[in-house]
Amino acid sequence: MKRTPLYGRHVALGAKMTGFGGFEMPLEYAGITPEHLAVRQSAGVFDVSHMGEFVIEGPDALVAVNHLVTNIITEDLEKVTYALMTDHDGKVIDDLLVYVTAPDNVLLVVNAGNIDKDFRWVKQQLSGMDVNVSDISDDMAQIAIQGPDALSLVKDIVSYDPSDMPFMTWKTLGEGPSRIFLSRTGYTGEDGVEIYGSPDVITDLWDKTLAKGVVPCGLGARDTLRFEANLPLYGNEIGGDINPVEAGLKFAVKTEKEFIGKDALLSSLASPVKKVVGLSLEGRGIPRHGYPVLFEGREVGHITTGYMLPTQDNPIALAAVDIEASKIGTMLEVSIRNRMVPARVRNRKFHQKNTKKQEVSS
Amino acid sequence: MIKEGLLYAPTHEWLKTEGTTAYVGISDHAQESLGSIVFIELPSVGQTFKKGDAFGALESVKAASDLYLPVSGKVLEVNNALEDAPEQLNEDPYGQWIVKIELSDPSETGTLLDHQAYADVATD
Repeated sequence: MKRTPLYGRHVALGAKMTGFGGFEMPLEYAGITPEHLAVRQSAGVFDVSHMGEFVIEGPDALVAVNHLVTNIITEDLEKVTYALMTDHDGKVIDDLLVYVTAPDNVLLVVNAGNIDKDFRWVKQQLSGMDVNVSDISDDMAQIAIQGPDALSLVKDIVSYDPSDMPFMTWKTLGEGPSRIFLSRTGYTGEDGVEIYGSPDVITDLWDKTLAKGVVPCGLGARDTLRFEANLPLYGNEIGGDINPVEAGLKFAVKTEKEFIGKDALLSSLASPVKKVVGLSLEGRGIPRHGYPVLFEGREVGHITTGYMLPTQDNPIALAAVDIEASKIGTMLEVSIRNRMVPARVRNRKFHQKNTKKQEVSS
Repeated sequence: MIKEGLLYAPTHEWLKTEGTTAYVGISDHAQESLGSIVFIELPSVGQTFKKGDAFGALESVKAASDLYLPVSGKVLEVNNALEDAPEQLNEDPYGQWIVKIELSDPSETGTLLDHQAYADVATD
C-alpha cells in the first residue's frame, strides 16, 4: 500500500490506520465522534494527500475537459468546479474537482482509488486532441482545514486571509517550490479550505496547523461529516448502477453542452427509474452500506451510507431506491441482520450547511 | 488488559461460569478495537444458540460486529441496560455482562482459553 508524506506524523500521533483507495490512511486519532464534533464546533485538519491530481495542458485543454466532464468548465481562473466524468452509458467513472490554472492548463482532482482507472480513461478519450495529460499525484500533497474556526486559523498559517474568497474559488500563493493552491472547498459541510502543495510544504503546514490546536481528523470523521452534509462518495452514492441524475447531482450535469454519456443521462432525466433518498430509521438498528431496502415486502434498493451520529437523534441513511418508493414520507423497511426495521423517506438535509454557498444541493 | 479468572473465546468474548450457568461479555481488547460502541443488539430470553453462533451485535460509529457465543446455551437473562448505554462496554468491559446463559454442554468450556492463552490471541 502507498503512504502519504504525512504517514509518519499519523503513526506518531497514535492514529488507527486503515487501507483506503490503495493508501495506508488514518481512520481516527482520538475517535470518530470527537473528531466529527471538532469540525462542527471548532476546526479539524485532514490529510487528503491520497487524492489524485492530473494536469491536462495544451491548446485543446478546455475543449478536452469539457468533453470529459458533465459540468461546464470556463476560462474562469478563480472558480473551482465540481463535475462528474461519465462513460458512454452515463455511468460515473469518478467525481472530481476542476481547476483551470491557465487557458491551456487544467488540474483535475480525482479519488485515490480511481487514479489508475481515470488516467487510462482520460488518455484514451483525449488521444486525438492537442493536449498532454500527466499524473502528478505523487508530487502533490493536500490537507483540508475545516470548521467554523478554520478560516481565521488559516489566515495565520498561510499568511493570507481567505475569508473574502467565495466558496468554490481558489488562488495561488507563493512561487517556485513553496507555491500552494489555497482552495475554498471542502467535504464536510463546514467552512474551510483545502491546500495543495509539494510534500515538504504541506508537511510544514500540517505541523503549523496542529500547533494552533486544530484537531487531527481521520477518514472515519471525513466520511461521517460528508455523509451528514449530503455530499456523495464515489462507490456509495455514485458509481456502479447509480448515475449522477439518480444521485441528485443534476446541478453538475449541464445538458446544454456536449460530453461523453450525455444521451444516456438525458433519457435518465426524462424517465428516472431510481433515486438516492434520505431515510430516518424508526426502529432500533444502524443501516449500513449495502443493506437491502424493501417496500411492501419487495426489495427496491439498498443503503448507500448510514450512521448513528452524535449530532442526530435517529439513525439516518442515504439509500438508492426505485422511483416508486422514493417519495418523502413513504414507509420502507431496512433489512438489518435479517430483521426488518421500519424507515421513513425524508429529505437529505441532515445538516444545515455552513458554507457560504451550497456545493451540492438535493 | 486481560482479566484473570475468566475464560476467553478467540472471537474476544469472555465467559464467567457459575455452576451450569455463565455470564458472557467482551474483552478489553474487543472494546478497544471497536472504538466507541453506539449500539447493541441483544437476543431474547429463552433463545438457544450453538457454540460460535452470533447471538447479537455491537456497532461502533464506523462498523457492525457480531457477538459470538463461546459455548452452546440458552439465554436466561439479558443486560437490557446496555441498550440505552452501550458505551458502558467501553468503560468497563469486564464489569458489564451482556447475557447470562444456561450451558447446554458444560464440557465445552474446556475448549476455551485461559487469560494467558488469550493474551497470545489479543495482540492484533
